[in-house]
Amino acid sequence: MSNDFYTLNVNGEDHQVADSWAGESLLWVLRERLGFPGAKNACEEGECGSCSVRIGEEVVCSCLVLAGSATEQEITTIEGLSAEGELSDVQQAFIDAGAVQCGFCTPGLLVTIDDLLEKNENPDDLTVREAISGNLCRCTGYGRILEAVQIAAASRRGEKRE
Amino acid sequence: MPAALILMPVTVARSLDHALAALEECPEAIILAGGTDVMVQVNRGSMPVDQVVAIGRIPELQGWSREGDWLHLGAGVTYSEMMGEEISSMVPALAQASRTVGSPQIRNAGTIGGNLGTSSPAGDTLPTLFALEAVLTIRSSTGVRKLPINQFIVGVKQNALQPGELIEKISVPVLEGPQEFCKIGPRNAMVISVASFTLLTDVKESQVRSCLGTVGPVPIRPTEAENLLSNGVNWEKNKVSSEVLEAFASLCADAAQPIDDHRGSAAYRRHAIKILSRRAACRIFSEDNS
Repeated sequence: MSNDFYTLNVNGEDHQVADSWAGESLLWVLRERLGFPGAKNACEEGECGSCSVRIGEEVVCSCLVLAGSATEQEITTIEGLSAEGELSDVQQAFIDAGAVQCGFCTPGLLVTIDDLLEKNENPDDLTVREAISGNLCRCTGYGRILEAVQIAAASRRGEKRE
Repeated sequence: MPAALILMPVTVARSLDHALAALEECPEAIILAGGTDVMVQVNRGSMPVDQVVAIGRIPELQGWSREGDWLHLGAGVTYSEMMGEEISSMVPALAQASRTVGSPQIRNAGTIGGNLGTSSPAGDTLPTLFALEAVLTIRSSTGVRKLPINQFIVGVKQNALQPGELIEKISVPVLEGPQEFCKIGPRNAMVISVASFTLLTDVKESQVRSCLGTVGPVPIRPTEAENLLSNGVNWEKNKVSSEVLEAFASLCADAAQPIDDHRGSAAYRRHAIKILSRRAACRIFSEDNS
């Protein structure tokens, strides 16, 4: 234990983390200390991707980030993808495609797909499958998730919905 | 730097000197690079966390440089970066190996220095680094030393890094000629290697270099197989006979020292090496019995 505090920048705002244990993961700190429960905790070993967040320009598993080492970086969680009460284009596409079943993998997938579309507005099927290969979904069989990615990609390219 | 920074449980190192000073103060501190191995242990409660020196943002450990026929990779270069156009054009097998690591999330975080520091028999970059006879630059607050990789990795998750030392960079020769890395696992993504194999060519020297992964305590160079293939290839025509291919694959399998564990049996692993070695050779050379 330490009485020192450190500061994490989450979704554009600084948050102080005090009285923490050195080994706390970013996932745990986000969920249990800072009130960001969107990133989900399942495997805690980087296998499932349900805890995906963006740090700077890269998506990583927040369970594998030591929270105290993530200072002075821009951390974006699912809560930061859209203004409160609004849906992002990817979230809306998930609803439109029916890509949510139990919902546990959804936040991680949304963060990953948002990042993919930031970097590539016109990803082909293989690129999408590769991009989401670290996000496990045990309900949908991925078909509707892949469909949702293409809906969101089309809307980002400014194409009208059919 | 202020002493208080070092006494905090987590030191986020700003520079190589900062990290080395922190390690001098606390030589037993956990060195945290990408976290993809260390944090799994920490989350399980199997690695006590007292002091951590986080080296992920040290500028001197980032990026790469080319010096003649040598490529110097900073220890902090990630798998994603190794898959990039520049590094993959110089050491294609290293890029192929990086591509097989975990998922995009893991490849964005995990580093070549971390792969070496963990020294797992299943480390995906290790066979290619062994085949390239990579040289590690290891630094401490008192000096610097260079160590060939086969003297660095000495056993299962055991290496020659001393308390207070950091891997600074990894130097590999840039060879002329095609390279192939193959890996076996239960699926395409998120797989820890069951058996892996790397085959590099050095067309200037008319030689192949090869290494087996995950089928021994440390990566294994199948020297007899290498010699046989180097001498058996028609380098002018890039051709090799089925007979030589078969003999090469058998010698590679013979060189393996696999064990039975939860990921696969020794017999399966030896068989996999035979398949992978032939496959890699067939991707590089055309099989021709004329």
